[in-house]
Amino acid sequence: MNKVFSDAHSATEGVKDGMLLLFGGFGLCGIPENSIAALRDRGIKNLTCVSNNAGVDDFGLGQLLQNRQIKKMVSSYVGENELFEKLYLTGELEVEFTPQGTLAEKLRAGGAGIPAFFTPTGVGTKVAEGKEVREFNGRPYVLEHSIRGDFAFVKAWKGDKFGNLIFRKTARNFNPVAAMAGNITVAEVEELVEIGELDPDQIHLPGAYVQRIFKGRSYQKRIENLTLTKQ
Amino acid sequence: MALMNRDQIAKRIAQEVRDGFVVNLGIGLPTLVANHIPDGMFVMFQSENGLLGLGPFPHKEEVDADLINAGKQTVTYVAGASFFNSADSFAMIRGGHVDLTVLGAMEVDQEGSIANWMVPGKLIKGMGGAMDLVAGAKRVIVAMVHRDKSGASKILKKCTLPLTGVRCVQRVVTDMCVLDLGPEGFILKEIAPGLSIDDIKSASEAPLTVSHDLREIHL
Repeated sequence: MNKVFSDAHSATEGVKDGMLLLFGGFGLCGIPENSIAALRDRGIKNLTCVSNNAGVDDFGLGQLLQNRQIKKMVSSYVGENELFEKLYLTGELEVEFTPQGTLAEKLRAGGAGIPAFFTPTGVGTKVAEGKEVREFNGRPYVLEHSIRGDFAFVKAWKGDKFGNLIFRKTARNFNPVAAMAGNITVAEVEELVEIGELDPDQIHLPGAYVQRIFKGRSYQKRIENLTLTKQ
Repeated sequence: MALMNRDQIAKRIAQEVRDGFVVNLGIGLPTLVANHIPDGMFVMFQSENGLLGLGPFPHKEEVDADLINAGKQTVTYVAGASFFNSADSFAMIRGGHVDLTVLGAMEVDQEGSIANWMVPGKLIKGMGGAMDLVAGAKRVIVAMVHRDKSGASKILKKCTLPLTGVRCVQRVVTDMCVLDLGPEGFILKEIAPGLSIDDIKSASEAPLTVSHDLREIHL
């Protein structure tokens, strides 16, 4: 077994035009920065990207938008990206808005072998249009299909060479569920350690979900909305 | 006429919070509610990006790029806090483990339906976690001004904008009054000091039933 790759370029080998890709991260927090940069450099196109947000103009998935590599986004909120707005309005980019909890559950369920699930979220709204609605215990629920991706790209704080991952604070967010739903999951970490160095009780995502792991060359960890106390 | 300001609306909503509550506050006006929780009351604020136990905004030396709220602002956490992934966060929300959520809205109607994420013809930014919050929280309170900038009522018979959720709002606190949602529609429960029942009725497109125990808002 060797899951360890030397860098983002080698770890993104095999990603092809037209694939469905999953990304961890919330805003710019906990995004797989190095993998995204490698996907940009590879120039692959017509991608469908599942990610809660779309980065900002020049960072995160915004870089793939700038290069016109993305055909469709599946996201819950994209408010921070001007280029996104422009591409969306001109019809160059297709967007499927999905409630945040439904998006997380689509990934979790996809990774857990559940093809679809009923949720109360979105019943009676645009989101439920054209979908089956069924009552359970007198309350209506809408049927949502789960998601599996050709590749998933996630970012963790620490990982070992088997792919066990530990996340840090709110940088965990969508990363574990995106990792679960990838046919090939690529994890990048700030610190890569030997097998046995991580305490099994502290692992957030077992290595079974991770096929490739590498230590990111550098992390900008940009802050989108710096807010300080006034006291 | 004395309309309540944003901080006063938040202060009134803070009276709904009970010791031990898990509370999720939406972006904007709702976040001000956290400033009015009485000392000694134990309340945990949930941030749907994966934190239960939100703290105040950080001092410069405390800033951590890995620690943000759902509005992507840098934050801190309090003693007893926990971090979790997005699926677990929305299990908490959808599964009824959040006692109260406070959200802003563009429109609320007499069926308790809310519209707060999309205006046709304008750029759509997305619903984020709002649809899950209104579908799952035990109690949904809307914080908003009674009328929009053009003076049009936001208290409607039927929402005109695309909905965020149907029959999910229990209470609305505006700059004029406190309204509950009952089987017959809006019930006027409390009035801002200096306003009359007629003031509220004329600012509302939907009919209001006046509660038998109507009182003045006490801050």
